[in-house]
Amino acid sequence: MLQVLFGKIIFKNPVIAASGTFGTGFEQHFDLSQIGGICTKGLTLCHRTGNKGIRIWETASGIMNSIGLENKGIDLFIKQDLPMLKKIRDEGVRIIINISGSTMAEYVELAALLSEEEADMIELNISCPNVKEGGMLFGITSSTARELVRQVRSVNKLPLIVKLSPNADDIVKIAQCCEEEGADGLSLVNTFKAMAIDIKRRMPVFDNIYAGLSGPAIKPIALRMVHEVCQKVKIPVMGIGGICNGRDALEFIMVGATCIQVGTANFINPNSCLQIITEIDNFLRTEGIPSLDEIRGII
Amino acid sequence: MAKIILNDQIDSDIYYLKIAGKYKGSVGQFYMLRGWNSYHPVLGRPFSIFDLDNKSISFIYKTVGEGSNLLSKLKENDNIELFGPYGRGFPQAKGKVALIGGGMGLASLYFTARELKVQSSIEMVHIYLGFKERAILVDLFEKVSHKLIIDIGGFISQKVNINSYDYIFACGPEDMMKAIVRQKRSEKTKIFISLERRMGCGLGACLSCSCKTREGNKLTCKDGPVFPGEDICFE
Repeated sequence: MLQVLFGKIIFKNPVIAASGTFGTGFEQHFDLSQIGGICTKGLTLCHRTGNKGIRIWETASGIMNSIGLENKGIDLFIKQDLPMLKKIRDEGVRIIINISGSTMAEYVELAALLSEEEADMIELNISCPNVKEGGMLFGITSSTARELVRQVRSVNKLPLIVKLSPNADDIVKIAQCCEEEGADGLSLVNTFKAMAIDIKRRMPVFDNIYAGLSGPAIKPIALRMVHEVCQKVKIPVMGIGGICNGRDALEFIMVGATCIQVGTANFINPNSCLQIITEIDNFLRTEGIPSLDEIRGII
Repeated sequence: MAKIILNDQIDSDIYYLKIAGKYKGSVGQFYMLRGWNSYHPVLGRPFSIFDLDNKSISFIYKTVGEGSNLLSKLKENDNIELFGPYGRGFPQAKGKVALIGGGMGLASLYFTARELKVQSSIEMVHIYLGFKERAILVDLFEKVSHKLIIDIGGFISQKVNINSYDYIFACGPEDMMKAIVRQKRSEKTKIFISLERRMGCGLGACLSCSCKTREGNKLTCKDGPVFPGEDICFE
């Protein structure tokens, strides 16, 4: 009932844990094999220690983060994390590897290195607002996004999805460019570039001044963007942005999303993904809807 | 969802929260508490286990922001969500042990002392607590230690002969813990400190609570909050 087809990939259900919100540690608290997929924390070529100073800050119905892509780098990822992820994959959970680079060459090198690995998809992160070089800079103009997708596509055989930035000049245009260059799907949106001030210190809260806003506060805007993009592309879309319950997830599916990614909600309650799956299932049963295909994109 | 047994104000801004139910947890671990249904604030708040038995779990907290202020409004029979136990707590100890707490750092030490005092490998448990203005919970701590030393308005780290103990467990302001680690001269003394950092998820996903160690960045919530004192690169 909940199974969905995303391009050529079957997901047992449409609920995927979003990048950077689901790390090791969760496996002790619930059965990971129940969720549709996991997007790994943004992976870079070399190890990164991330940003200094405050990294997380709460706002009304939202959180801002400035982690700065802290990760162990691709070599250790392949050695240490992939074996654990393969075990989850054997249980039918789709593994999506999120990659990010400071330069186009770095993205290409990462994509080439991962081409033969046992994963289901690559998610190209061109939308991280918390790094000084690369990240979102590749995702705000269509020409750079187009060139990046073209180059990555040429070196990687795995299905490729592109994670779009809500801070783009024209998110629909960028989505179309990605589709034209052979992306197998899209995921949107990443965090919104935002700002907070510590009035006692008379200073920005974050060392980088700006940080990425996520959580329930961004949901209506993210939903609108997913709706706009779904009207204009044929490739499947993963909807992201403040999804906290089954109702939120269904809204994204009704505007055209094939899958949804859950981010901030994992921090509120580590069982969020499981609860969302149950709530979607309950809705379909109560309403007598045989599959999500029946309601996808009806708006 | 759990029921609150009591949420008593024990000082001007300090509360004792007791929740009904049988919970797991070892010394030095913490839970994420959320006592509100709205998304403001969005995240739960991490609190060390103050005490644990077969019927309840307790926490001591100070009201410092929106989350703890909302918690302080809760009353008997109100609902609360808690997730945990999270983190790595204090290790097994033996011989002479000193527990050192500064301010709200005492929150993780009562349960620790209570567990240590009944272990046959422990010769003595001395507790040192430093407060800014007033001492709290003295009667409780007296019952679980062989010796209790209280300091008000000074530096509790100066009252401890660090090198005379086999194990030191400390929790409190970072300057206090830094001073404790710097006093170490004896190889036989093992120091473990419980760090506090701004946390998001509490279980190793958001990476917001990274701390600098000799082996690179580690996560306070998952690799800690308890670390060997010498491993931490204090700012």
